[in-house]
Amino acid sequence: MTRTTTAVTRAEYCVLACAEAWRGDGEVLASPMGTVPTLGARLAKLTFAPELLLTDGEALLMGDVPALGERSSVTEGWLPYRRHLTMVMGGRRHVMMGASQIDRFGNQNISCVGDWHHPARQLLGVRGAPANTLNNPVSYWIPLHAKRVFVERVDMVCGVGHDRAAAAGPAATRYHDLRRVVSNLGVFDFATPDRSMRVVSAHPGVTAAEIRAATSFALPVPADPPPTREPTAAELRLIRDVLDPTGLREGEVRP
Amino acid sequence: MTPEEVVRRLESGMTLGIGGWGSRRKPMALVRALLRSDVTDLTVVAYGGPDVGLLLAAGKVRTLVTAFVTLDSIPLEPHFRAARERGGLDLVELDEAMFLQGLTAAAQRLPFLPVRAGLGSDVLRVNPRLRTVTSPYEDGEKLVAVPALRMDAALVHLNRADRLGNGQYLGPDPYFDDLFCEAADTAYVSCERLVDFGAPSDSPADAPPPRTAPQTLLVSRHSVTGVTETAGGAHFTSCAPDYGRDEPFQKAYATAAASPDGWAQFHDRFLSGSEEDYHQAVRTWHKEQR
Repeated sequence: MTRTTTAVTRAEYCVLACAEAWRGDGEVLASPMGTVPTLGARLAKLTFAPELLLTDGEALLMGDVPALGERSSVTEGWLPYRRHLTMVMGGRRHVMMGASQIDRFGNQNISCVGDWHHPARQLLGVRGAPANTLNNPVSYWIPLHAKRVFVERVDMVCGVGHDRAAAAGPAATRYHDLRRVVSNLGVFDFATPDRSMRVVSAHPGVTAAEIRAATSFALPVPADPPPTREPTAAELRLIRDVLDPTGLREGEVRP
Repeated sequence: MTPEEVVRRLESGMTLGIGGWGSRRKPMALVRALLRSDVTDLTVVAYGGPDVGLLLAAGKVRTLVTAFVTLDSIPLEPHFRAARERGGLDLVELDEAMFLQGLTAAAQRLPFLPVRAGLGSDVLRVNPRLRTVTSPYEDGEKLVAVPALRMDAALVHLNRADRLGNGQYLGPDPYFDDLFCEAADTAYVSCERLVDFGAPSDSPADAPPPRTAPQTLLVSRHSVTGVTETAGGAHFTSCAPDYGRDEPFQKAYATAAASPDGWAQFHDRFLSGSEEDYHQAVRTWHKEQR
């Protein structure tokens, strides 16, 4: 049954924008962190990137593409944490991580806010961010684009940005590959001469002024940024009816 | 051995490794026995979960070596957060992959192993003890030299073990428990059930492993000092497939840990007695929740 197409929501543009991050990656592991990136990875696999590998979030590679929250019923591989870490270092993976703070060169912080020696707020810790950013392609998903997230300078560099990788030398830049940042306002990349952040597209309904006002660092925003592409009817159906019938995506992104 | 006998082998000031990952298959019965002891001033090495949170809350940790401390379904471990925000905790914060290399180096008696992770990040800034090493080959790459995470003792929890220390995991993920055992001078295994791997059994899960799945024999007796049977010994963390994480109880733990009064009450009710008292109190608590 095909549902009548109601207006595409902001969360659905975000799912699509996240899915696009994995376009053309081939047979790599898509590691999404968060609801919207998870939907994006599954949408990509069901449409334009069928070669992707997906995990169940635990130790298994899924051979099917279940709805969010549903159990996978086909297993195509075993990927416990130890092998996952080896896969990171081997580079056959494209992760989409979160960021509590991110700066114009893509330095990311998930460890703590404030001075590391006496943090105002302890967060997740560095987790796998240093290894991720130096070894396999990395994108970021930020559900709430705000000045306290898009900062001038992050308090603790966990994920390594372009300036810091360059300063650390060839061993750091060799496999360093920051692909894109997706927020609730738009899509960004680093395809500028100095590898600083650039607007790729704004989600429909988002203005240049809105993006500027929610970003602490000077981010050149074209007066009329290109819009994030529209989902096809088939993609919308997959998001709404197959992958996320209970609408969990709407809980992660404010309309 | 009993958990108490294991803990009697530990001394203040030791470097102690704890297996599992986050809030998964943690040797919680051994940690609880440690809480009841006067052992303190520990350097704890772990992919941290409530094991680390409890030891921090009890003031038993001098130095913590970790990449995170999390309850998984609750991302931030409240005792860890509080300890960090209070200041004064000596934290060696490593990346997850750096940590793996450190364990591997220790298991192989190497002083360090090189890793790309860490370069360019603030991990090197906040851990000035970390050094770099230059590849002696044509590439000449400058990499991070993660020092071996050698430990005085390791504690791990497995689904099954025999009295000699052969340990079997039945869940989907071995985590790093064999490496912890090999990277430590002594290692203690707690298990859901002691079995005799050589004896016939009615239960397929307990069948002699060479005929079922020998790769589930994760830990080998040469790397194990002592074994203790602790049914429910990973509670409230997960121990698949024997049991999943006790999510309601973990939530109660996290809620209690968020305030000093709440924590005092939680401690009195659940942690002031023996391991058997703990499980009895948890059963009673669950009945009350219905």
